[in-house]
Amino acid sequence: MDGEELTAQETALYDRQIRVWGADAQRRLSKSHILVSGLSGISVEFCKNIVLAGVGSLTLMDDRPVTDDVLQANFLFPPLESEYVGRSLGELCCESLKDFNPMVCVSVVKGDVAQFDGEFFDKFDAVVVSGCSFNTKKAVNEKCRKQSKRIAFFAVECRDSCGEIFVDLQNHSYMQKNSNVAAECLLSYPSLEEAIMIPWKGLPRRVTKLYFAMRVIEKFELLKERNPGEISMFDLPDVLKLSKELCEAQSLSESHISVALLERLLAAGRRECPPVCAVLGGFLGQEVIKALSGKGDPLKNFFYFDTADGKGVIEDISN
Amino acid sequence: MASEPQLEAVKGAKVLMVGAGGIGCELLKTLALSGFQDIHIIDMDTIEVSNLNRQFLFRQCHVGQSKAKVARDAVLRFRPHINITPYHANVKDPEFNVDFFKQFNVVLNGLDNLDARRHVNRLCLAAEVPLVESGTTGFLGQVTVHVKGKTECYECQPKPIPKTYPICTITSTPSKFVHCIVWAKDLLFAKLFGDKNQDNDLNVHSGDADNASRHMEDVFDRSVDEDLEKYGQKIYDHVFGYNIEIALTNEETWRNRRKPTPIYIKDVLPDNLSGQNGNLENCTTEESAVSAMSSLGFKNSQDVWSLAESSKIFLEALRLFFEKRHKDIGNLTFDKDDQLAVEFVTAAANIRASSFGIPLHSLFEAKGIAGNIVHAVATTNAIIAGLIVIEAIKVLKDDYKNYRMTYCLEHPTRKMLLMPVVPFEANKSCYVCSETPLLLEINTHSSKLRDFIEKIVKNKLGMSSPLIMHGSTLIYEVGDDLEEDVAANYSLNLDKVLAELPTPVTSGTILTIEDLQQEFSCNINIKHREDFDEENEPDGMVLSGWTMASTEKDNRIMSNGESTSTALEMQGNTDDIEITAGEPIGLGGIKRKHSETSERLEEASLTHTGSSSANQAPPEDVDDNEEEDDLVLLDNDPEIGKKKRLK
Ligand SMILES: [Zn+2]
Repeated sequence: MDGEELTAQETALYDRQIRVWGADAQRRLSKSHILVSGLSGISVEFCKNIVLAGVGSLTLMDDRPVTDDVLQANFLFPPLESEYVGRSLGELCCESLKDFNPMVCVSVVKGDVAQFDGEFFDKFDAVVVSGCSFNTKKAVNEKCRKQSKRIAFFAVECRDSCGEIFVDLQNHSYMQKNSNVAAECLLSYPSLEEAIMIPWKGLPRRVTKLYFAMRVIEKFELLKERNPGEISMFDLPDVLKLSKELCEAQSLSESHISVALLERLLAAGRRECPPVCAVLGGFLGQEVIKALSGKGDPLKNFFYFDTADGKGVIEDISN
Repeated sequence: MASEPQLEAVKGAKVLMVGAGGIGCELLKTLALSGFQDIHIIDMDTIEVSNLNRQFLFRQCHVGQSKAKVARDAVLRFRPHINITPYHANVKDPEFNVDFFKQFNVVLNGLDNLDARRHVNRLCLAAEVPLVESGTTGFLGQVTVHVKGKTECYECQPKPIPKTYPICTITSTPSKFVHCIVWAKDLLFAKLFGDKNQDNDLNVHSGDADNASRHMEDVFDRSVDEDLEKYGQKIYDHVFGYNIEIALTNEETWRNRRKPTPIYIKDVLPDNLSGQNGNLENCTTEESAVSAMSSLGFKNSQDVWSLAESSKIFLEALRLFFEKRHKDIGNLTFDKDDQLAVEFVTAAANIRASSFGIPLHSLFEAKGIAGNIVHAVATTNAIIAGLIVIEAIKVLKDDYKNYRMTYCLEHPTRKMLLMPVVPFEANKSCYVCSETPLLLEINTHSSKLRDFIEKIVKNKLGMSSPLIMHGSTLIYEVGDDLEEDVAANYSLNLDKVLAELPTPVTSGTILTIEDLQQEFSCNINIKHREDFDEENEPDGMVLSGWTMASTEKDNRIMSNGESTSTALEMQGNTDDIEITAGEPIGLGGIKRKHSETSERLEEASLTHTGSSSANQAPPEDVDDNEEEDDLVLLDNDPEIGKKKRLK
């Protein structure tokens, strides 16, 4: 037991979930601070889940003006357009989220997550980024790792009918419960950069094809200096060429990267599919809760969901 | 996903959601975001505080209001131009008949009980409307698709039966804490505060049963001027002391069991006999807030009380019932939201547990067990709701080759946390969606029509307004619009034994049972049988060809929590979950299917080489030229696979 007991109000509100993860985990959650940068469909779902779960605080970062485009998979905004003109997406979502659970402190920080120094991240226990360039993800991940305190890092992306979650818990110890015997377990995570540098040839044979296809698209966006989803079918020839080059460089059979899948990802563009956001936002919520509470087996270190086959798969991409 | 034809299918669809609770809130939001424009939603419940941690469309200020209506208003805030029609009503109400169901393209269930799930299943079959069914418990969940003529119906597979316990385990030989809870709630609490006219097995069966029960009546009746404190101590000594002494005299029972210890108040609380009341000034005068814990200064519901503490709370709670809630006595039933009742039951169960050497539990835990409280988190509901929408869209596009039932797991199986499986074909002997008759063994000379209707037609077949026919003769029906003489005739029939009905029901008779509202009928072949085993066949009749799992057959006390309690012990998945109800289950099949699944998966991974996957067409969009790994294959025998699975 660390810290004070839950109040009667907390016990009443969180009754059903305390029955799932226990009062200790609930106490730890209520002292946790989370940063979310980029309010995509997945991260909005995630914010809802984590505010309902009762974390200590949630800080939002998204300066984009509110347009129909950014709201396609978003349910966190007021009905009247007049209420959102001139305000950022972060500000609007913040207001709705506060309403979900008065016990959670929700706030907004302006700016670009890439511009903040390491000290800024020190305030948080978990950082979730979405909708930014690969370089930004990598940089934020490194800053989190450099702090003396352990900061869990998550990167998520939804590309229409499929999506990906990346998890870096650094060195994570947790209680594993096996047939009523609790055992302390330790997991070591690679950083985002370390993970994707692992030669493809060394990966287990049955790694989902989405892993490779996502890396090709990510590399393409990086080379063309585009944000995630700023792509279309017009890019197909270039993407196929890049895919071929990468496979050759990695001595991987080209059959591992299916053309149809690349086409789907390109056609998706910036579109997010709401049910896919709900599924991935749900898993992301569970993983962050596990990371913060130290209860339950966390996933390591990639998670994929694709409506085409309906599978939700964990891939361990580490040495 | 949002390709043009899909968008059209979604926009033009009229969908019915049943349930606006944990899954329902998430589902309504995801449907609205996905472009659905005509959504009807039925839910009879009102909002409670313990809903707010996951039913995110509701706020504190909505407590007490209709879930269906508040959910509608909340979603219209972010999608103002769609149509959402709420019904604050029970889906079993007659207005929701087959014609009502026929107007929808798909029905989506987010229900919390087996009974309503079965009812909706039958209406969907009758109206020929596809059904997407779902359930969650903790981190576990399941989504299934039921389309007449294409997949199994919801009732094709056995459903776990409500968890019940043999009467003698409860009255004499408890071995788990839950047995003590059932005793405290269904026997002691009911005896002291419930309907005096109800049967109650609180007394211990000793060699001298008559004596014991006579003693009993004397003890429990409180004379008008009897000192409350003395009365409380008398009850205490009787149920925890005297009754245990009586039970100990039955040596046969204890030959292979640990003997219980009788507990008397003078040993546990030697100083208490002078009388020490709680501090009533701390109590609010509001009835619902009367609490033995607060009057005695106990704060944390997570603490486990000692035997002495439990005894104090027991006496205090008893006193408070008589002093503060006297007018409730005689018609109370246990309610998990009644703080004083929970305190009383927790204390009594813990004292009994001490007596039998069973580990003690906190009020928080005891409340969960006694109230069959669901383990629920927002994230699982969100995931399951997403999967429901994905299946609903396939149904609307008639993309039946890609229908999947999906398990959401807590621990990965073959790397998967979401495991899609090809749906089963309909069970050819399902009494709901096929026309296979059932067989009922019954003593036609001693069983009354009333017993048959209660035990079989209502409890087992799940019909609410049945009509029973013998050939073309109506024996019984339910309806508001019956002629007086007809109704009188039916009620006469109720108390007749089967063989003495105007058209006698005897061995070889075939009865037709119909539920007009569900538009569901089935035939039952009657077979006379003289004797039934009291412990193993407590109904005095045995129905077979009926798919409800009968894993436990003994005589039971049905724990009468707020909803049908069901044991869901998914091997290897949950050790936290013992008793669940509501939201999660009705998941019905998950126990059977999931355990079967893991077993078969194990088998498959041992012997399956990948070649038999040829039976299974992989999903079309998956461009896969390697030997499959994209479809979960449950059957390693290709022949079985062919028969059972959809093709
Ligand atoms: Zn069936």
